[in-house]
Amino acid sequence: MMQWETVIGLEVHVQLATRSKIFSGASTAFGAEPNTQACAVDLGLPGVLPVLNEAAVSMAVQFGLAVHAQIPEVSVFDRKNYFYPDLPKGYQTSQMYHPIVGPGEVEVSLEDGSTKSIRIHHAHLEEDAGKSLHEDFHGMTGIDLNRAGTPLLEIVSEPDMRNAKEAAAFLKAIYSIVTYLGISDGNMAEGSMRCDVNVSVRPQGQASLGTRAEVKNVNSFRFVERAIAFEVERQIELIEDGGRVVQETRLYDPERDETRSMRTKEEANDYRYFPCPDLLPVVLDQAYVEHLRGQLPELPADKRARFERELGLSAYDAGVLSASRDMAEYFEEVKNECGDAKQAANWVQGELSGALNRENLLITQSPVSARQLGQLVGRVMDDTISGKAAKQVFQALWNGQGNSADDVIEAQGLKQVTDSGAIEAMIDQVIADSPAQVAQYCDAEPEKRGKMIGYFVGQVMKASRGTANPQQVNGLLKEKLDALL
Amino acid sequence: MALEDSHVRRAAHLARLGVSDDQARGFVDDLNRILEMVDQLQSLDTEGVAPLAHPLDATQRLRADEVTESSQRDTFQHSAPAVENGLYLVPRVVE
Repeated sequence: MMQWETVIGLEVHVQLATRSKIFSGASTAFGAEPNTQACAVDLGLPGVLPVLNEAAVSMAVQFGLAVHAQIPEVSVFDRKNYFYPDLPKGYQTSQMYHPIVGPGEVEVSLEDGSTKSIRIHHAHLEEDAGKSLHEDFHGMTGIDLNRAGTPLLEIVSEPDMRNAKEAAAFLKAIYSIVTYLGISDGNMAEGSMRCDVNVSVRPQGQASLGTRAEVKNVNSFRFVERAIAFEVERQIELIEDGGRVVQETRLYDPERDETRSMRTKEEANDYRYFPCPDLLPVVLDQAYVEHLRGQLPELPADKRARFERELGLSAYDAGVLSASRDMAEYFEEVKNECGDAKQAANWVQGELSGALNRENLLITQSPVSARQLGQLVGRVMDDTISGKAAKQVFQALWNGQGNSADDVIEAQGLKQVTDSGAIEAMIDQVIADSPAQVAQYCDAEPEKRGKMIGYFVGQVMKASRGTANPQQVNGLLKEKLDALL
Repeated sequence: MALEDSHVRRAAHLARLGVSDDQARGFVDDLNRILEMVDQLQSLDTEGVAPLAHPLDATQRLRADEVTESSQRDTFQHSAPAVENGLYLVPRVVE
């Protein structure tokens, strides 16, 4: 049986979060009425000239610096010519030969806690096309050009990934980097981040690459894994049955979970790239690049390492909490407020993430602020409330009942009773009310009594409405019951 | 390299141009003369000369990221052959 190796490379298109388009002053805001944000430049009307958006350049360079890439002094825009109605100029302005970001690398973290370095071939700036709406307009197609001219950064990896998990991890790393930098919202569902996957297989040990297929329309982290799994199986079966893989573009269909041929290379367009005469070469001086380098935030890989090293978090916790900048900032505020990284990590990944997932909210939309949660965690740690009461306080804050953990604790009388006199009085009452259970306890084998004490603890906790300190109740109960033997 | 009839037909197909047989034969002659001129250019030694991206000795100026355009949809759609619900309509592009 032949052993096969999978080789994967990704092309990730990231919509840059500029206010205006890459070559015009039309707005990029999402969700406007059709064609109200498509100006004469975006429509490619005769006589218009593009002028490059400084923010798009700056964002591309920031990405390059974040992936340790070379930033060439000169980059050049080219025209990629093809015919499609949502591209009214008849060409896409892109960068073929001299991209703005040169070779770099991204460190991705894998599920087993290890890391792998994936090389970036280059990243280039280009403009997005409009949208074609194929619903029936009396047998015609509707065109909305609002998206035409939205700046895209196309990030091209080297074929360094060897399985679907690594590809998904790479995509997640890109998501983390662009959201940390604030250069894109990275929202795959809304198309702010789109992915094409190049897949080939080769016999284990073979040095040259097999023929690849390019799979388009892979627009979620999960689909990346599924599309690759399908494509790998298809190619291996094809070769083992005596066929050969043809170089072609395939489309992933998430509903049927399969890839289908879109066009083969034989019919592929010749894009006739040439330098765009309307745009001059872009020259970035060293001072500009260094200025941007100085403004870079702490990046995901650095933050993850710091969470492990300085805060003592596990590799898994550090990975989850540093995956998005919003998550990391929330966690750090909780930690600063309560003073304990591990407790903060448990609450953010447990109670808070659970509630956010249930209601399908982003962490930025959390009804409980980081400061509120931090105070709550602090109150558990200083024994003001029990862990059980804390969940009640969390729920109350989530529902907007009270401005702070302290308010809720006060209003609902959840303060933990640590006064041993008060606890003893409750214990005496429970013992007096449960003669049968007391008799059973006394008759039981000594080694079984440990378990039987649970009943009494439960009754006391109930009597205190959860405010008694459970460890204290346990200790006092044992003393009192053992005195009855 | 000399062009043949089939090359012209393929280029016309890619450019979505309707070309008659007579026209195609004329284009083959015209285009071959242009290619001869290119062959002449290619005989020059350009070793060590950086490709020219633009004839002007200037660099791209950048504009600030500001929204300066407001909607002129009605004006633009006035000259479009078919519009509906704010969309431009074109012959159907997928089956």
